[in-house]
Amino acid sequence: MARLNTPAMLKINDLTVGYGAITAVKGLTLEVREGEIVSLIGSNGAGKSTTLRTISGLLKPKTGSIEFLDEKIDGIAGHEIVAKGICHSPEGRRIFPKMTVDENLDLGAYLRKDAAAVKETRDHVLQLFPRLQERINQKAGTMSGGEQQMLAVGRALMGNPKLLILDEPSMGLAPVLVDLIFETIEEIRKSGVTILLVEQNALAALRIADYAYVLESGHLKLEGDGSKLADDPAIAQAYLGG
Amino acid sequence: MTSVASGVARKKKVTFSSILMKVSMVLIIAVAVYWLGLNLTNDPKQFAQVTVNGLNNGLLYALIALGYTLVYGIIELINFAHGDLFMLGAVFSFSVLTEFLGATGPSSKNYALLLVVLLLTMLFCAFINVSIERLAYRRLRNAPRLAPLITAVGMSFVLQWIGLKWIGSNPVNVNTVLPSTDFEVAGIIIAVKTLIIFAVTVPLLIVLAFIVNKTRRGRAMRATAQDKDASRLMGIDVNQTITFTFAIAGAAAGAAGIMWAQTTGTVAYNLGFQLGLIAFTSAVLGGVGNLYGAVLGGIIIGLIQSYNDGLAIGPGQRWSQTMVFTILILLMVYRPGGLLGETAQEKV
Repeated sequence: MARLNTPAMLKINDLTVGYGAITAVKGLTLEVREGEIVSLIGSNGAGKSTTLRTISGLLKPKTGSIEFLDEKIDGIAGHEIVAKGICHSPEGRRIFPKMTVDENLDLGAYLRKDAAAVKETRDHVLQLFPRLQERINQKAGTMSGGEQQMLAVGRALMGNPKLLILDEPSMGLAPVLVDLIFETIEEIRKSGVTILLVEQNALAALRIADYAYVLESGHLKLEGDGSKLADDPAIAQAYLGG
Repeated sequence: MTSVASGVARKKKVTFSSILMKVSMVLIIAVAVYWLGLNLTNDPKQFAQVTVNGLNNGLLYALIALGYTLVYGIIELINFAHGDLFMLGAVFSFSVLTEFLGATGPSSKNYALLLVVLLLTMLFCAFINVSIERLAYRRLRNAPRLAPLITAVGMSFVLQWIGLKWIGSNPVNVNTVLPSTDFEVAGIIIAVKTLIIFAVTVPLLIVLAFIVNKTRRGRAMRATAQDKDASRLMGIDVNQTITFTFAIAGAAAGAAGIMWAQTTGTVAYNLGFQLGLIAFTSAVLGGVGNLYGAVLGGIIIGLIQSYNDGLAIGPGQRWSQTMVFTILILLMVYRPGGLLGETAQEKV
């Protein structure tokens, strides 16, 4: 698939982020356009999750800027970024284990006031993940990894995002569930949500993406249309295990 | 079928020590039940009387214990200053109600003043607790565990010193607003004071449980307690949620402070140390971090003390503290998470 000709939704310019003395992301520039699926791939420690956490305001950039819908969002607090329309399903799922599936979903819509609209989103989420409906009153921590992942994605959708950030949604899942997750990501995009995806499963992430960025030790190594990168033998050798 | 059964058997291996644990637990419970039963049959009226007294103190312990458990639940800090906050509440209520407003005896006007000062004391303690969090604990949120812990000990001394400067080093008598009259129900003498304690603490405990379990704010508190970054990703203002938690913990301590001053009729600058220790023990006994556990722990400790002090057949008052802590230690051996604490493993 190729890059869409829509206006840019998220613009990251020359971003540098670090933890103490360690610099995890160096001079990264990328763009996500409205309606796209953009994938961010790279090996462990390449700075993918750091980038996502910086967009969501959990980390502060050292230099560089992040713009969302033409508004500067770097440096503002995490909970305010959610209000702007960015929802993030974090690495490792990070669901609230002692709460029920129901309460987890409600927390996803924490900032939304319109009960009728929340109900609508909720129906949509439960339709995407019927398994969550079956487990609705179960404590989230007692569910299987796949179910927890569905909950993490569903919870992020409950915020009615303009931009959905997914960090490793297929991690640790059985192959059947991985396919289901990727199908669901395409379905979510069809419903009008823009998606920024980080994946270990690079081939699947490139195939589904309109545009992709390849990170290596915090630097931008390569960028291009998802399908082109997926067919590139050099990429295949470096990141796709063959 | 057999393979499943043997699999379970292998997991729960029956060893000598596990049998010993079970048997000793049953023995201890049997001794306790026998002791209580002996006293109950010996003098049922006295037993009921002592139970009422125990509940009276237990509810106050529960209010203080709630503060420990709420704060521990949300930032995993044992707030050593909490007992002293309770003391400041008692001192504040004495200064305002007894000295400034001159309410020193039972009258309907003074009851109204008591209610007003109850609210003021709750506000005062909430304000102090929030300030402590802002000034000291918040800056240390990402520091190693020991730093906020030592800071809490330091804060405890600071509050004690304020109390010392405020009322001096000698215990001060409070001319209480509450009537010292009693009435009799089926031969049990119940003080009107006790009824008032019930009337103040029980609704407060219910309101607190409602806030934490049923409101949007409470849900944010529980989410923040479990995972702060994930809470931020939901749009929860984590700092504000922690501030709110300190405010309600402080308000509960304030309510306990004024009720303590009014029922016991005495206030001292070092009141917080002992009461804080007992309340903290209550929180641990019930399972620290668990709201209902704190209430249950407070009531149980109130009852243990009261039974020990008041029952005719028993070790007597001198052994009260020993009994309380022996029971705590035994409970920690058999149920390390506390009575209502989490013992089940969660999938990660």
